[in-house]
Amino acid sequence: MTFELIAQEDGFFRDRSGEGANCVRDEGFCPDWIADNYDRYVTPFFEHVYLTVTSVAIGFVIAFALALLAHRRQWMVGPVTGLTGTLYTIPSVAFFVLLQPITGLGYTTAIVALVCYTLLIIFRNVVTGLAAVPPDAKDAARGMGLTDRQMLWKVELPLALPEILAGLRIAATTTVGLAALAFLAGAGGLGEQLDRDPEFKSNVAVAGGLAVGLAAAIDLVILTVQRVATRWQRAAA
Amino acid sequence: MSVTIALLGPVGDALREFGDAIEFIFKARPSEGGGIQVGGLGEIWDFTRVHLLVSIVAMAVACAIAVPIGLYLGHRGRGEFLAITVSNVGRAVPALVLLFVFLAYVGNGPRVLTLVLVLLAIPPILTNTYVGVRQVSREIVDAAQGMGMTGAQVIRRVRLPLAMPTIFAGIRTSAVSVLATATIGTPVNVQTLGEPIFVPQQYGPSGVLGAALVIALITLAADAGIGMAQQAVTPKGIKLAEQGGSRRGRLALPTRRREASA
Repeated sequence: MTFELIAQEDGFFRDRSGEGANCVRDEGFCPDWIADNYDRYVTPFFEHVYLTVTSVAIGFVIAFALALLAHRRQWMVGPVTGLTGTLYTIPSVAFFVLLQPITGLGYTTAIVALVCYTLLIIFRNVVTGLAAVPPDAKDAARGMGLTDRQMLWKVELPLALPEILAGLRIAATTTVGLAALAFLAGAGGLGEQLDRDPEFKSNVAVAGGLAVGLAAAIDLVILTVQRVATRWQRAAA
Repeated sequence: MSVTIALLGPVGDALREFGDAIEFIFKARPSEGGGIQVGGLGEIWDFTRVHLLVSIVAMAVACAIAVPIGLYLGHRGRGEFLAITVSNVGRAVPALVLLFVFLAYVGNGPRVLTLVLVLLAIPPILTNTYVGVRQVSREIVDAAQGMGMTGAQVIRRVRLPLAMPTIFAGIRTSAVSVLATATIGTPVNVQTLGEPIFVPQQYGPSGVLGAALVIALITLAADAGIGMAQQAVTPKGIKLAEQGGSRRGRLALPTRRREASA
């Protein structure tokens, strides 16, 4: 049996022997090849998950803290929105590259850039959510003798939760998409797999499908959290 | 000078790399592999021209498709599901994945790149046009109809001007993502400003960094430019209402006088 391997530029190997070899040679969509080779997507997939979850978590902590500060000091909203908006505008390809002289190649560079992209979305949604809390609810809370801090955690944040989680969903799906370019910062992910063999239909279908599926799955998880956390809303209705 | 930079240590290294990148933008040099000249304003301008060309064509096509559909759906109050779904699906499919799916299943070249950019640009414009038209208050539309305007006149003279800031916000979002995605032209055989980033073995680290600087500057400039255009197309009535400086401002109507003279 001849075992024919063709080495791609980055060492992406395709077995061109055995059943379905014609399909692979024609760069086609080959279920057999996918079944035999799915294991090569496991590591990139988990790299992608790691990049997304870490970046969104760090971004949420920073943006949430900034939003709480800005909630009591309205003058902060403009400058913070302007600064995070500028970061958000810089194209990700450029951002991953521009950070390299400072943070080098690897996860750090990728995560710093991805965190920067989440800031605007999360900050804006937390601020809007807090601003939309009905004054009546705040008056009632005040009337019951709640302090500023109690009012924030027991009244304002729960009422703003749907808006905050909506921001988190947008940030998470956006980050999955941007992390597909993290390989330019040397951080791997599904994008690296795509870029290694972009003309092979099977490869694009699996790597692309996993990226879209990951975005949908994270979206669904946050949506479920939102449903569970805002049960009181439907009880009131 | 060089002594100062050496003393700065890692900061100095970063500064030197950025300095080298800026030199790459302005002055051609031999490529990493030798043989040909790379960099310099001439080559950067070639990349920039292709980059802007595919982006502008894509934006024009996307606007021509998305604005009329959004106006119509918004005016009739139909298709909310469509407008929202398009934007949700648009966000869940990463630009890189969309581009590579087209590369593998359709082919390469500037037309495929432009098509992908159009598909990326449509959702924000469509959704924003729809939302902008829907949020024009019922009373204003009633008043316009009471004055005897036809459906087309209501769209053109009342809904469209009042929706302009929101529509332009959508155009701005799209333009930024189109310029960012046009960077990924190399895999589909289009030499945009991303070329040095995707072929580092030829352009070297300073070429990669130099191209990234140019991309970042162009995108920030486009964002600022469209932001200014957004200010310019905002009807005076809305601006007055935002400042709270006018009694009629609360209704955010365009002033009659300007329309009469037009």
